[in-house]
Amino acid sequence: MLRLLKDTLVSQVVTLWKVFLHAFDKTDTVEYPDVKPQMFSRWRGRIILSRDPDGEERCVACNLCAVACPVDCIALQKAEDEEGRWYPEFFRINFSRCIMCGFCEEACPTHAIQLTPDFEMAEYVRQDMVWEKEDLLINGTGKYHDYNFYRIAGKKIGGKDKGEARNEAVPVNVRSLLP
Amino acid sequence: MAKISVDGIKYEVNAANNLLQECLSQGLDLPYFCWHPCMGSVGACRQCAVKQYRNAEDTTGTLVMACMTPVTDGGLYSIQDSQAVDFRSHVIESLMISHPHDCPVCEEGGECHLQDMTQMSGHNYRRYDFQKVTHRNQDLGPFINHEMNRCIACYRCVRFYGDYAGGTDLVALASHHHVYFGRHEEGTLESEFSGNLVEVCPTGVFTDKTFSAHYSRKWDLQTAPSICTGCGAGCNTTPGERYGSLRRVVNRYHHDLNGYFLCDRGRFGYDANNSAERVKEALFVQAQINGNAEVPARKPLSATEAARQFNAMAGGDVIGIGSPRASLESNIALQQRVGAENFYPGINDDELASAREVLALMREPGLHCPDIRSLEQSDCVLVVNEDLTNTAARMALALRQATRNAATTMAAAARIPAWQDAAVRELAQHERSPLIILSPQGTRLDDVASDTFLGSVARQVQLLEAIAHCLDPEYSVSSRDPSLTSRAKAIAQALSAARRPCIVSGISAQSTALVRASGNLARALQKARKGDADAPVGLCFAMPEANTLGLVLLAESTGNTLSGALQRLAQKRADAAVVLENDLFRRAATAEVAQALAGHTPLIVIDHLHNAFNARARLLLPAASPSESNGTWVNYEGRAQSAYRVFAPAEPVRAAYEWLTPADPVLLPSISSEEILAQFADAHSAFAVLKDLLPHRLGLSAVMKSPRQLPRYSGRTAMQANSHVHEYRQTQDPQSPLSFSMEGVPLQKDASLLSAAWAPGWNSNQAISKFQDEINGELRQGCKGVHLLQSGQAQASYAPIVLPSEGDLAPYFIEHLFGSEEISAKAVAIQARTVGPYACIGEALAQTLGVAQHGRILLKAGERQVQLPVLIRQRIAPGSIGIYCAGELDRYSLAGGVTVEAVPEAPDLLLRSREMFRHLVISDSWQGRDES
Ligand code: SF4
Ligand code: SF4
Ligand code: SF4
Ligand code: SF4
Ligand code: FES
Repeated sequence: MLRLLKDTLVSQVVTLWKVFLHAFDKTDTVEYPDVKPQMFSRWRGRIILSRDPDGEERCVACNLCAVACPVDCIALQKAEDEEGRWYPEFFRINFSRCIMCGFCEEACPTHAIQLTPDFEMAEYVRQDMVWEKEDLLINGTGKYHDYNFYRIAGKKIGGKDKGEARNEAVPVNVRSLLP
Repeated sequence: MAKISVDGIKYEVNAANNLLQECLSQGLDLPYFCWHPCMGSVGACRQCAVKQYRNAEDTTGTLVMACMTPVTDGGLYSIQDSQAVDFRSHVIESLMISHPHDCPVCEEGGECHLQDMTQMSGHNYRRYDFQKVTHRNQDLGPFINHEMNRCIACYRCVRFYGDYAGGTDLVALASHHHVYFGRHEEGTLESEFSGNLVEVCPTGVFTDKTFSAHYSRKWDLQTAPSICTGCGAGCNTTPGERYGSLRRVVNRYHHDLNGYFLCDRGRFGYDANNSAERVKEALFVQAQINGNAEVPARKPLSATEAARQFNAMAGGDVIGIGSPRASLESNIALQQRVGAENFYPGINDDELASAREVLALMREPGLHCPDIRSLEQSDCVLVVNEDLTNTAARMALALRQATRNAATTMAAAARIPAWQDAAVRELAQHERSPLIILSPQGTRLDDVASDTFLGSVARQVQLLEAIAHCLDPEYSVSSRDPSLTSRAKAIAQALSAARRPCIVSGISAQSTALVRASGNLARALQKARKGDADAPVGLCFAMPEANTLGLVLLAESTGNTLSGALQRLAQKRADAAVVLENDLFRRAATAEVAQALAGHTPLIVIDHLHNAFNARARLLLPAASPSESNGTWVNYEGRAQSAYRVFAPAEPVRAAYEWLTPADPVLLPSISSEEILAQFADAHSAFAVLKDLLPHRLGLSAVMKSPRQLPRYSGRTAMQANSHVHEYRQTQDPQSPLSFSMEGVPLQKDASLLSAAWAPGWNSNQAISKFQDEINGELRQGCKGVHLLQSGQAQASYAPIVLPSEGDLAPYFIEHLFGSEEISAKAVAIQARTVGPYACIGEALAQTLGVAQHGRILLKAGERQVQLPVLIRQRIAPGSIGIYCAGELDRYSLAGGVTVEAVPEAPDLLLRSREMFRHLVISDSWQGRDES
C-alpha cells in the first residue's frame, strides 16, 4: 500500500516540481518576426534562378525541372539567341502548388534552379504566388559558385566557339587527310 | 519458321530475317544503331553484339553482331551473357568518348535513341578524360539543324539520304575519327525527304529546325493520330501541340502507306497552322455610314452572333460548294445543310471529270489499286505524266524502292539475304527493275528510270495507245504514229515480262484522255497476261489533295459541277452560297469566278486561312484547321482514314462541320463528327463501311478515353497560372475517344489510338517496334482505314479516247512540292523554299526567242498577257512550254494554248529571277549562256 503511494504520489509531485523549474529556463521560442531564425543553406525554401559565373542566365530551358516536378507547377518555353544559346523565354513557378520537395533542383543539369532558406512566402492574394522569370532570377550564382554549363557543353554560343569547351580539341578540318 | 533459343527461352522466328530483327520482333530489348527496319543491316556500329553457341555443350560461345547473323533453326543465342553485356557496354563507351555534354540543349533529348541505348547498355559515367573531337556545323537550309559533334558514325543518315531516297548532296566526308556527315559545302539539303533525317539519325545531329524555333520536349507535346493533308497519299502523322500552337509533325507508322517516312511538305507544312494569315474571327460585312456615304466595312462578330447570322443568311435556296481540302465530315455537313442537288464539288470541271474517270477505273474488278507498300514491291512501273515527287512525294519514294527489286531478285539467286544491305547493293551495282517515265519534262526520278519519254499529254496518250496495241492487237488506236512503235514495243515487253507491273498516273494534268489511255493500257496488259488473278495489274492515280476522292465520291450522285454553281451565282439563281474551305480563284478561270461574284449573291465562306476569295465574302467564318478538328480523309486508293484533333482551337474558331450543323446557336455545339459520320453511313449504303472507322471499343476502353498526353506531361498547374491561378478544367472532348489529358486507358494496352509511340526504355519514335506484331508488320489493334471503293461490274471494253488537240506550243503545268499546295505554302519554312510563277522552255525555243537563262518572256493567251521569268531546261518535251502558277496565275485561262514573245532583258529583274531559281533543284537546267 505504502509502496503504491510512493510510486504514484511522489512521482506526481516530482514531475510537477520539474515542470515548475522550467519556468526559469532560457526560452526556446523566439519573437518572430522581430527575431529571425538562423536557417541552413540546404533548407528547401523559396526557389530562385541563378546566374553562371559569367553573369549570364544559367537556365538553358531544358525542361528537366518541369518534368521532375511532382505537382507540375513549373512551366517554361525554350528560346534561343542569335548565337545559339538556349534560354527560357518565360519561366513560371506556381508557388501555390509547390511542395518544396527540391526535385527540380536535383534534376537541373546546370545548377540554375535552387531552393533557398527563405521561407517567408505568404501572400494575401493567391495569384501573387505565381512567379515569373523576372521574379525568380537573382544576380548571383547561388549555392554553386563555379559551375558553368556552357563551358562544358559542345554547343557553340556567343563567346565560346567550337573546340573551346572543356577538354575539346580544335575542330576537325574535313578536307585534311592527315591522321 | 525457325526455332531458336535466346537466353534459354524458345522462340519461333522467321528464318528469312536477321537475329536482331527477330529478337526485336519478339519484344526483347537489344541495343542497335546502324540497323534500320526499312534499310537492313550493315554492321557498322557493333552495338548489337550477342553470344552465339554452336550447340548445347558449347558454354563459351562466340560474340556475333545480331544484325549480321541470319537466324538458323535450332540456333542458341544469349543477350544476357556477361561477356556480351560487357562488350556492348564498352562499345557504347567508345561511341561516347567524344560525345558533347549537350543533352539539356539538344533537341533530341527525351526522345533520343542514343540516350535510350546508352541506358540500355549500362554506360553511366564518363571515364575518358582526354580531348574530344569537335566539328563545325553547316547551315543546311530552313528545315534541318546540324550539330555534328553529336555524331556516332552509324552511317544511317547517308544510307537513308543517298541509298534510300536518292539524294546526292549529303555524304560522309573525311576519314577515321574525323568522319563528317554533311554537304560538300553549306547549303539547303536538296532531297524532298530530308526531314526524315530527324527520325533516322539516332542522335541529335539532324534535328527539325522549325520545331527548334518553338521547341518543346516530346513528353510535353499533346498529340493525336492524324492524317497528312499535304496531298492525296494519306500518310499517317503525329502532330504535336504545346501552349495552344502546333509545334511539329512526325511520322506515324502505317503498314500499307507511309511506313517510316514522310515527305518534307507533310513534315514542315504544319506551320501554316500558326500562320499570321489564320482566320481568327468571324467577319461580317456591313454597310457603315462614313460621312454621307455608305461604305461596306468588315466587322468581327462573336461566335453566337456569327452562328445566328449564318443561320439567317443560309436559309432558302442555298448553293453549297464543297472542298477537297476539307474533311469528309465537313463536306457531308454542308451537303446535308444545302441538299444534295445544291451541293457542288469545289474543284475544276476538268479535274472533276478526270477524277470521275479514275473512280470508274478503280471499281473495275480486273484492275487493282496498289497501296504504297505494294508499289514498292512492283517489279516494273510505268509513270504516266505525273511528276510524283512534286504531287505525291511519298509515292515517288516508293517507286525509287521498286527499282531495287531487281537487286533483291539477284540477291535471292545468289543466296544473299535481302537485309544484307551493303552486299545486295554491291552485287546489283546499277541493275534496276524497269521504271519507265512519260513526262513533259525531266523529273526527280529520272536517275533511276530505265526509260524516259518526253512528250506532251497528246504524245503520251499516243504512246500509251501504241503500247496497248502492242499488248493487244485488237486494241484500235485513235491516231497512229509510226515513230513511236519501237519504243512502244520495248515498253510493252517490259510490262508483260513483269510479275507485278504497275501503272501510276495522276490527275494533275486534268486530262480525261490521259486517264482513259492509262486505263486502257492496264486493261490491255491484264488481257495479255491472261487475267493472272494472283497478281492483277496495278493501276493508280495520285490525287492532288487530301480529300479529292472523298469529295468526288460525295458529289457522285448528282452531275453537279463547279461551273454549274458559278453559273447559278452569276445568274442569281440562289439565295446564298456557302463555300467550304476553298479558294475558288484556284479552281476556275478568274473571269468565271468574277462573273459569279458579280451576281452579288450573299456569300458565306468558312475557311481557316485568309485568301483572295474569302476576302470577298459577306460572312467569313473561322474554321478549325485539320489538326484542330476531327476528320475523315479519303486517299488516292479510296481509303478513308480518321484523324483526331490534336487540340481545341480558341473561340470563335470552330470546325466547319460545327458551323454547318443546324442547331440552336445558343446551345452549340450540337452534333459530333462521329455522329455526322455514323448517320451518313446509315443513310447511304455506299458509305456504310465508314462505320468501321468509328471506334468500337471493348472492356476498359469502352468507358474510358485514351490520353492525348504522355504520362509525364509537365507544367499542368503552371502553364495557365499567369492568367488565372486556379486551374481551369481540362478541355473536354465529347467528340472523340481521346481526352485532353494524360489520364485514360494506357496506350500500351490498346494501341488503336496510338499517336506518340513510347515504351519503357524506348523514348524515341523507334518505340514503334513495340507496337508492331513483328518488325515492319502491322500495328497491333491499329486501324488501317476502310476502303470506300468496292469492285463494281466488269467492264471488258476499252474506253474511247479523243486525242487532245494541241497547238504549236502545248502548255503543261508544273507542280512543286513546296508551293503548289495551298495550305502548306503558308508555312514559313516552306515559303523559304518556294518560287514565284515562271515558265519553262527548251533550248530550241529559247534560241528562237533569243532569251537567256532566267530572262523573261511574254506569255499571251487570248486577252491575257503575263511576263514570266524563264527557266531553260535540257529535258523538256519538244513543242511544250511549262508554266508554274505558284497559286498566283490562273492556269485555266492559259490551258487552251499560249503564244510567247521575248522581252528585253532588265538586269535587275534578271538578278532577281536568278536568285529565285536558286531555290529550285533542277539537274538539267541549261547552262549555255548563263555562265558568262
Ligand atoms: S520544389 Fe518540388 S514541387 Fe516545388 S517546383 Fe521544385 S519540383 Fe516542383
Ligand atoms: S532544369 Fe535547370 S536548366 Fe533545365 S529548365 Fe529547369 S532550371 Fe532551366
Ligand atoms: S544526341 Fe542524345 S545523347 Fe547526344 S546530346 Fe543529344 S540528347 Fe544527348
Ligand atoms: S549523323 Fe546521325 S545518322 Fe549520320 S552517322 Fe552520325 S549519328 Fe549516324
Ligand atoms: S545494329 Fe548491328 S552492328 Fe549496328
